[in-house]
Amino acid sequence: MGFPDRIERTVEIAHPPARVWAALTTADGLSAWFGQEASIELSPGGSASMRWDGGHVANMRVERVEEPTVFGFTWHVYGLPEDDPRRTYVEFTLEPAGSGTRLTVVESGFAQLPPDAHGTAFNGNTQGWASELGELVDYLDAAA
Amino acid sequence: MQPPDSEAIAEQVFAALADPTRRAILAALASGGPATATDLAGRLPITRQAIAKHLALLAEAGLVLAESGERRRVRYRLRSAPMQVAQQFLAALARNWDGPLGALKAHLDQQGSTELHQQGSTEKEEGDRQ
Repeated sequence: MGFPDRIERTVEIAHPPARVWAALTTADGLSAWFGQEASIELSPGGSASMRWDGGHVANMRVERVEEPTVFGFTWHVYGLPEDDPRRTYVEFTLEPAGSGTRLTVVESGFAQLPPDAHGTAFNGNTQGWASELGELVDYLDAAA
Repeated sequence: MQPPDSEAIAEQVFAALADPTRRAILAALASGGPATATDLAGRLPITRQAIAKHLALLAEAGLVLAESGERRRVRYRLRSAPMQVAQQFLAALARNWDGPLGALKAHLDQQGSTELHQQGSTEKEEGDRQ
């Protein structure tokens, strides 16, 4: 069956899309249910961030803003090192449903490979670490 | 977009991690850096012969890299690339959306029941923007 590339959830919310939109796309809204602190520049390419007690921080890049129906951002893949370039794309879609909202969230991109998973670049990278450590030793030897 | 072999790579990682001896060897290489079978036998409660056998399997699976070290002794280095592939699959399993979406619903319900005046101002802002 394979591992999932995407995660999808749909929830029915008993409040109109405008209310849900504000909760998803404003610093006050995001900090009320998602992060403990939040900031957001609400335009494509804008940056957003959330912070939790304990120091965890999520840095997002706003990708799609179509008020009040589509809000999308990319963020760092959960659990990977900070310097890993891979990001997943999260898209919220809001549809009116009676007097409320049907909210769908799709997060995709989990199955992408590291850009250098098969190439020599990866081995070059680890050798790079070894040689950087070697350079540090040379530097310290020279300074002594 | 998913290359056909990414799952095979992850499977090899998970198979390796399922065995306690191989898990101990990988952990030792991760924490202490490249090592020979003899080095590892000195650090782990496992015979050198068993370590050599497992290292050969791990090298065949591409999870460790055999390099010729000093005095022609083979040193083994952990390859992190396959681990990163496996880690990404774990990221999908570890992602929790149900919790935050439940919190979103609870937040809107609470806001709706206790802060009706705020809804009024939100609608006013909507009107101002249009």
